[in-house]
Amino acid sequence: MSTNTKAIGYHSQTDHETASTDKSLFGFWVYIMTDCILFASLFVTYIVLQGNTNGGPTASELFSLPFVLTETIILLTSSFTAGLAVLALFHNKKRQLVTWLVITLMLGASFLGMELYEFNHMVQEGHDWQVSGFLSGYFALVGMHGLHIAAGLLWGMALIAYVLIRGITQIVTKRVMLWSLFWHFLDIVWIFIFTFVYLMGAA
Amino acid sequence: MSTSAPQTQNHGSVWSYTTGFVLSILLTIIPFMIIINTWMEGWTLVWFFVAFAVLQLMVQLIFFLHIGKGASAQWNITVFGFMIFFVLIVVVGSLWVMHHLNYNMLPPIEIDSRMREEAQKGF
Repeated sequence: MSTNTKAIGYHSQTDHETASTDKSLFGFWVYIMTDCILFASLFVTYIVLQGNTNGGPTASELFSLPFVLTETIILLTSSFTAGLAVLALFHNKKRQLVTWLVITLMLGASFLGMELYEFNHMVQEGHDWQVSGFLSGYFALVGMHGLHIAAGLLWGMALIAYVLIRGITQIVTKRVMLWSLFWHFLDIVWIFIFTFVYLMGAA
Repeated sequence: MSTSAPQTQNHGSVWSYTTGFVLSILLTIIPFMIIINTWMEGWTLVWFFVAFAVLQLMVQLIFFLHIGKGASAQWNITVFGFMIFFVLIVVVGSLWVMHHLNYNMLPPIEIDSRMREEAQKGF
């Protein structure tokens, strides 16, 4: 009898935790959707201002496509490895989880490094955000994505510490899932930046 | 493991992640090749790229974000639908309004130079 009540108690607690994870996932999804609206406004601002170069450089003069393609492939790969981290999480493999998280963050950091290098290069050549409406829109949009990536990197580092200290618990599971959702989302936003800013700018 | 059913449905397999990854790389390389080799131009190119971006979005939603799976799938999709609705209003509305603004409110000098351009073309 006592084992029975224990079992029931255990189950209801797990159910409670699962329900809380589901609620968090849904809440975070709603946040991501609002972030999409933020990015959409920046996108359309950029597209509207794209032709207003004020005698400064145009999109096709500024961007180097092979460089941006490398950035894109790095970020796509990091999204893939983030997925593998989630799989390791559900197979309860702590070491694999940490390895994939570290690889993901390293790819994310190289992406951010390349982006900062590009920004720095442009500013050094005098093509900063004060030159024209086009460049203001560009820096606002791509810079906002970069800020999100930076936030994702910090969050990811905190996660790794958390996993190493606590191991794979329900709360850790929840946080890794939220983080991976965020990371995949940034990948999707970047695909749109790649297409509409860089590729179309070069066309 | 005690983490129960709703979550186990919520993540993919190595297979689904790999498929998503390969597809997304392909969908990135193809537009890149089109631009590099200038296989297309003008509005054909724009619509082609919009199609590729939407395809890419769907690949990522299905293979990486597993939309439509998990406990609150119905609500997730509902909020997603609202997001698309708002984004369309913001994007299409802005483009439409700004296009007309540019068209109807060309500064006098520009109108002048445009007319001269047209005159040079000899209609």
